[in-house]
Amino acid sequence: MPKDGGIGASTKRREDVRFLTGTGRYTDDINLPGQAYVHFVRSDVAHGRIRSIDPSTAEGMPGVLKVFTSKDFEAAGGIPCGWQITSRDGSVMQEPKHPILAEGVVRHVGDPIAAIVAKSREQARDAAEALEIDIEELPAVMNMREALKDGAPQVHDSLDSNLCFDWGFVEENREAVDTAIREAAHVTTLELVNNRLIANPMEPRVAIGAYDMAADSHTLYTTSQNPHVIRLLMGAFVLNIPEHKLRVVAPDVGGGFGSKIYHYAEEAFCTYAAKVLRRPVKWTSSRSEAFMSDAHGRDHVTKIELALDADHNFTALRTETHANMGAYLSTFAPAVPTWLHGTLMAGNYRTPLVYVNVKAVFTNTVPVDAYRGAGRPEATFQLERVVDKAARELGIDPVELRRKNFITEFPYATPVAVEYDTGDYHATLDKVLEISDWAGFDARLEKSRARGKLRGIGLAHYIEACGIAPSNLVGQLGARAGLFESATVRVNATGGITVMTGSHSHGQGHATTFAQVVADMIGIDASQVEISHGDTANTPMGMGTYGSRSIAVGGSAMVKATEKIIAKARKIAAHMLEASADDIELKDGAFTVAGTDKSLNWGDVTLAAYVPHNYPLDEIEPGLEETAFYDPANFTFPSGAYVCEVEVDPETGKVEVQGFAAADDFGNVINPMIVEGQVQGGLAQGIGQALLEACAYDDDGQLLSASYMDYAMPRAYDFPMFKVDSSCRTPCTHNPLGVKGCGEAGAIGSPPAVVNAVIDALHRAGHEIPHIDMPMTPNRVWSAIHGGAGPDKDGETMEERSVGA
Amino acid sequence: MYDFEFMKPSSLDEAVAALAEEDAQLLAGGQTLLPTMKQRLAMPSKLISLKDIPDFSYVKAEGDTLTIGGGTTHRQVSEEAESAFPGLASLAGRIGDPAVRNRGTIGGSLANNDPAACYPAAVLATGATVITNRREIPADEYFQGMFTTALDEGEIITAVRFPIPEASRYEKFAQPASRFPMVACFVAKMNGGVRVAVTGASEEGVFRWSEAEEALTATFSADALEGLAHPANGMISDIHGSGEYRAHLIGVMTKRAVLHLT
Ligand SMILES: Cc1cc2nc3c(=O)[nH]c(=O)nc-3n(C[C@H](O)[C@H](O)[C@H](O)COP(=O)(O)OP(=O)(O)OC[C@H]3O[C@@H](n4cnc5c(N)ncnc54)[C@H](O)[C@@H]3O)c2cc1C
Repeated sequence: MPKDGGIGASTKRREDVRFLTGTGRYTDDINLPGQAYVHFVRSDVAHGRIRSIDPSTAEGMPGVLKVFTSKDFEAAGGIPCGWQITSRDGSVMQEPKHPILAEGVVRHVGDPIAAIVAKSREQARDAAEALEIDIEELPAVMNMREALKDGAPQVHDSLDSNLCFDWGFVEENREAVDTAIREAAHVTTLELVNNRLIANPMEPRVAIGAYDMAADSHTLYTTSQNPHVIRLLMGAFVLNIPEHKLRVVAPDVGGGFGSKIYHYAEEAFCTYAAKVLRRPVKWTSSRSEAFMSDAHGRDHVTKIELALDADHNFTALRTETHANMGAYLSTFAPAVPTWLHGTLMAGNYRTPLVYVNVKAVFTNTVPVDAYRGAGRPEATFQLERVVDKAARELGIDPVELRRKNFITEFPYATPVAVEYDTGDYHATLDKVLEISDWAGFDARLEKSRARGKLRGIGLAHYIEACGIAPSNLVGQLGARAGLFESATVRVNATGGITVMTGSHSHGQGHATTFAQVVADMIGIDASQVEISHGDTANTPMGMGTYGSRSIAVGGSAMVKATEKIIAKARKIAAHMLEASADDIELKDGAFTVAGTDKSLNWGDVTLAAYVPHNYPLDEIEPGLEETAFYDPANFTFPSGAYVCEVEVDPETGKVEVQGFAAADDFGNVINPMIVEGQVQGGLAQGIGQALLEACAYDDDGQLLSASYMDYAMPRAYDFPMFKVDSSCRTPCTHNPLGVKGCGEAGAIGSPPAVVNAVIDALHRAGHEIPHIDMPMTPNRVWSAIHGGAGPDKDGETMEERSVGA
Repeated sequence: MYDFEFMKPSSLDEAVAALAEEDAQLLAGGQTLLPTMKQRLAMPSKLISLKDIPDFSYVKAEGDTLTIGGGTTHRQVSEEAESAFPGLASLAGRIGDPAVRNRGTIGGSLANNDPAACYPAAVLATGATVITNRREIPADEYFQGMFTTALDEGEIITAVRFPIPEASRYEKFAQPASRFPMVACFVAKMNGGVRVAVTGASEEGVFRWSEAEEALTATFSADALEGLAHPANGMISDIHGSGEYRAHLIGVMTKRAVLHLT
């Protein structure tokens, strides 16, 4: 019997009532009295020197309050980067200043040059057209390998080169890996691109700054996944505002996918301008602006080599990746290709030796940051593609090759510095083979052939490190912040509960799942529990939501705080029942003296806490409110097995996903329906990356995929019904709920499954094509089959492959 | 958007008079014009809505012709042309999405003449006639290249008159992002022979593929197209498809249209 409440129940998402009836409260729904509007004037060239800005005409336009340029921000700091990477030679990464408004040089299309604040949005825009800016265009560098050559245009004159860092991991393994590859019975090599993506959350970014002169305090309303992080970064590093004078509110947020982690210049601008102008300043991004100013994702070019012995055991793995940083470093950018990527290169396999080299490169493109999976999809993609290719080269079953090399004993210390606590990779593999009807493929193949279509099936495994992260560990790895999480559980006099969490919900359904956990622990109905998040004024300092960390880290903090509540309530109950606290049992919301029928309801005890007439005031304080901070002991390691089945139209190259099955091990599951929804969304994004989505630049740095006319978002009809299963469960051993996190899995495991399926379809039809880059557009697949030209900018050599080139 | 005036005339004459003003522009479904204005790429001083003009929105079949009012929405065509001219109804039912089809009009589409628009293929393949407030323009003269038509300043498309083909089929291969045609072919089996019009592919906009027309007029079967390949020069090449690929798709889409009809 499925439960109808508490942990494990597929309770309906309570937040959807608001969202589906149009009563959500998003940042753009907030309008403050007297607010002014800012329009950012952005660069339309990829690289250029600002010769002059003449604001005089613009300043005189109707409604204009002020034209801001970098001169107005001389006292402010640059937008900070949250992570510092150390190169192989021991030097720290090159870190250019990222000004709020361009200081003399523009470095990507969309880089803000000036900001015009006016009484209306249209007036600001009108004035922007009258702003006279003289820019000398400079040569732009788009391609990472070109950027590293001598004489390449320099994105930042202040740096030695366009190389941000050159990271080796594990450096001590380097020689052993080289030797093992040299001496291997077989080596499979693959060169591939992980395509640059634009996150495209449904809600574009918005920021409103407000200043209270009497209190000398600032408020920023913003579309963020982590309001406390914004408060810390913006207050301490950019604007020099102490945290008690700065409140950051991220109300309902319509999707983030990582692109709303970053502390953006527009946030600092609005906060600052509100004080200068003594009135609230609002910015609402247009969709066009979002394409060229939201942090992009991925953009890696990789060569991977897998060594096998004569018995097909993996003996070593070597990768070399060029990771595009864009023109500046965003909050997480340096961590993505390094610690969030290199540490996952062992995958689900016992490969004893792994060496990962990553060269991070500046180019004249929009900065990248974390995007759903952040580093882990890039690791999984290379690994699962090269394993599939190895199986094909060796003529063995890709299922068997994986099984043979699976890690089976836990805990397992990988050669890339992490320890998997639990997992059962055979279980998820068995499950996915079952639900995808892998065995029945041949019959479906015949049917496709009869229709003139090619058909293929592809498998991929993944492992991810979630629940980031142990603060002491990430501190050693270069993180400039802690990665704990927090919760305050406030029990009201009549028993209802408000939980203030540092996690942020922007689609994840925390209001529902978090309430299920607290209600279950106490034994009351979930309707008694309300979840509050997103406002630094009333939530304890938390690090926000990304990296599938909310239930594993935020949920654990909430459990710890609730445990404190229960311990105290038990003492109060013991006093009231004249028994020892040790003898008090809490079950179904009632405190009972063990072995007796003496009992009190939850509400009786909570009332006593606030009406302490009969109360042990000499022993415990009145009230019932507890806060806990939780810092995890380790990452969590969700894993899973995905199967994709495709049909390819050989005449047009169009790929149609015919079936997709996902078997995930998320440890314990709080709400299976919400988990399934998270996986489905992730699959849509992952399949979108594999087949449709591509951020494309031309050689001059113009963004070609700058609107939905050219950036292909997946639509519902691009997919079949997914089969999603989370019944394989090896609970996490080091957090109280035994949970692992589920937000990113779908986007991590699906791209290689799709590519493996397409390659399989082509091979079955006699087209021995080793690889096709994502997105596998009809033109690319057709070209692979027929040897014709790819779409514009295709067909270049590995040397030339990188974003836009 | 820039500021503009808005008017909704209740007669064609009034609209024609208003259009004489400098920078005045007609507004039909707004599905092309409004996004352009939001981007500030168009700045009409006055918008003249065609919504209230009487007898501007209809689908009328008479004998072997089908006449469609200039302000008829794609949705209306997809429903009301179904029995008389199913090939056209099917084309209209695949333009954009329901929101676009409920507002966008045949007149707007033809006036705009986007090189990837759907209607131009049907109009050219059937040799239809574009009727304006001033004259009648045969399809072969109407389309004059990307976003360029025979329309003069101040001219309003009031109707389109299609000769109804014996059989017709529109095969559309969608560009993955916009879902406009990357390449689409309209094959019309007319009284005097077969006509094939191609949209989405060429830098010159919609065009007729005369070799395929000749081959299909001789024998109306997919086999007749065997060995015919459209050359790649002059074809659009962009991030979605090379000129060579588009040229190839012309052959595939034409063949599929014929297969559908045979
Ligand atoms: C998301 C989306 C998807 C789309 N997909 C497709 C697709 O797959 N295939 C396709 O063909 N189209 C597609 N379109 C375009 C759509 O069909 C438009 O409706 C059409 O191109 C313009 O028609 P309209 O009535 O909206 O014209 P408007 O936008 O109102 O006007 C367009 C132009 O025509 C002029 N005009 C309008 N009516 C007349 C008239 N009667 N006489 C003279 N000039 C006139 C206007 O002044 C303006 O210059 C899509 C549009 C959108 C937004």
